[in-house]
Amino acid sequence: MSLERFISEAISPWMKEDGPDSDIVLSSRIRLARNLEQYTFPSVASEEDAKAVVHKLEQTCGGQLYGDYGPFEILYLNTLNPLEKRVLVEKHLISPNLAEESTYGAVLLNKEESVSIMINEEDHLRIQCLFPGLQLSEALTLASGLDDWIEEKVDYAFDEERGYLTSCPTNVGTGLRASVMMHLPALVITKQISRIIPAINQLGLVVRGIYGEGTEAQGNVFQISNQMTLGKSEEDIVEDLRGVVLQLIQQEKAARKGLQEALRIQLEDRIYRSYGVLEHSRIIQSKEASQCLSDVRLGIDLGFIEGISRSILNELMILTQPGFLQQYANERLTPEERDIRRATLIRERLKLEEG
Amino acid sequence: MYCQECHERPATLHFTKILNGQKMEFHICEQCAKEKGEFLPGSNSFSIHQLLSGLLYGDSAIPGAAGAGLQPSTGLSCPECGMTYQQFAKTSRFGCSQCYRVFDPKLDSVLRRLHGGNTKHAGKIPKRLGNGLQEKREIEKLKQAMQQYIVHEEFEKAAETRDRIRQIEKQISEGKGE
Repeated sequence: MSLERFISEAISPWMKEDGPDSDIVLSSRIRLARNLEQYTFPSVASEEDAKAVVHKLEQTCGGQLYGDYGPFEILYLNTLNPLEKRVLVEKHLISPNLAEESTYGAVLLNKEESVSIMINEEDHLRIQCLFPGLQLSEALTLASGLDDWIEEKVDYAFDEERGYLTSCPTNVGTGLRASVMMHLPALVITKQISRIIPAINQLGLVVRGIYGEGTEAQGNVFQISNQMTLGKSEEDIVEDLRGVVLQLIQQEKAARKGLQEALRIQLEDRIYRSYGVLEHSRIIQSKEASQCLSDVRLGIDLGFIEGISRSILNELMILTQPGFLQQYANERLTPEERDIRRATLIRERLKLEEG
Repeated sequence: MYCQECHERPATLHFTKILNGQKMEFHICEQCAKEKGEFLPGSNSFSIHQLLSGLLYGDSAIPGAAGAGLQPSTGLSCPECGMTYQQFAKTSRFGCSQCYRVFDPKLDSVLRRLHGGNTKHAGKIPKRLGNGLQEKREIEKLKQAMQQYIVHEEFEKAAETRDRIRQIEKQISEGKGE
């Protein structure tokens, strides 16, 4: 398969578009957790119940359209090989939990891959909507619409006082997790991030690396999301997060400006060195690759580097993960082989831009 | 920020732990977290569920010690899925929607700790299922507002609010009459 075709298939269509503030906010995501009243929750469900839930939801949504979204295609996790599962995880379309531990786990995806509805994850339903840039309200509107659409045909577990009932008490109420991916290189370079993260935590928000809980902030990309789901309306939760995100954007912009004024040549040097590494290395580990990609992306944003599309950071951070590298190579690779493949893929990808 | 354990790698896990009312902040790297065998959510080490489980065991601040004292106080179990409160406290997962009703007496304190003092849903209500709930909630809100007006002696506003409440109540009863 040619690299161009591989990339076009590997990158979700929604990712190829620019959204508002997409120089700093890579993507916005809304997730709603829902359960069906008449079945036990997936963590204790019998195989029979789990099967019935998938069947019910497949009948409800499979092949159907919701407005411009759809038709939704259903994928059964037990029919996918480990590599295919890994690729879906690396694209953020399913959770590692659904991939590894679910019974009768399935996922409904639209063609754009902007909607993913996980079935039999921790909850019966996890409705997830992804948008480029800062578009939390848009994502909430879509998720909530899908939620209403599904509710027309199934009975949700809902309690007047506690709200939507979820398997884990940390999700009860709205069942809403709103999150944004932010690229914050200047706040990291100026070391302000270590001061900012505890402040954000105090506001009831969580900061993580890009692959969720317990993962490292690779390539200066941070995921910020709400922690509390009970006692506030969906709109307020999203608005509170958005407020913090807007402040972070301002701080990152100020830090970028400050860096350009005070350390312009050093910054330029750092960016071009990283560009050089990506263009010429023959072996590169994922950590170094993501750091260099972050620098190059910053260089593009600041106008040092021209002629390369901004989406290269998101794109290559996804493509250079172990699952994708192995899919491209069409075989299992040792870590050393992956580092070689990663370097090759990045070089070729940059050549596509220059050519 | 560097890891507070090894002082070499960047800290990638940031969290606050509150033990016996004492707040502790942690900034550590993944490797140290693994080596320490705690803190790392999702892995086989110390998980969010274990942390939660501590909360769910209720009044005692020391989860280990609380386990023993728990059984006599809560013989709660869910008739629908068979989940006992003890199992729930261990896994921090409910088995079904009925569990919420059965364990309700214990839930307020748990939810308050997890959700910044909140115990009641204030968000969306499902359209089909929640028919009429929306209005009920609106009335509750207005009644609270009316009390506030009375306290602040803004009687004109209080009267307006009362009229609004009556209007909604009328709508509901008419809706039901049809």
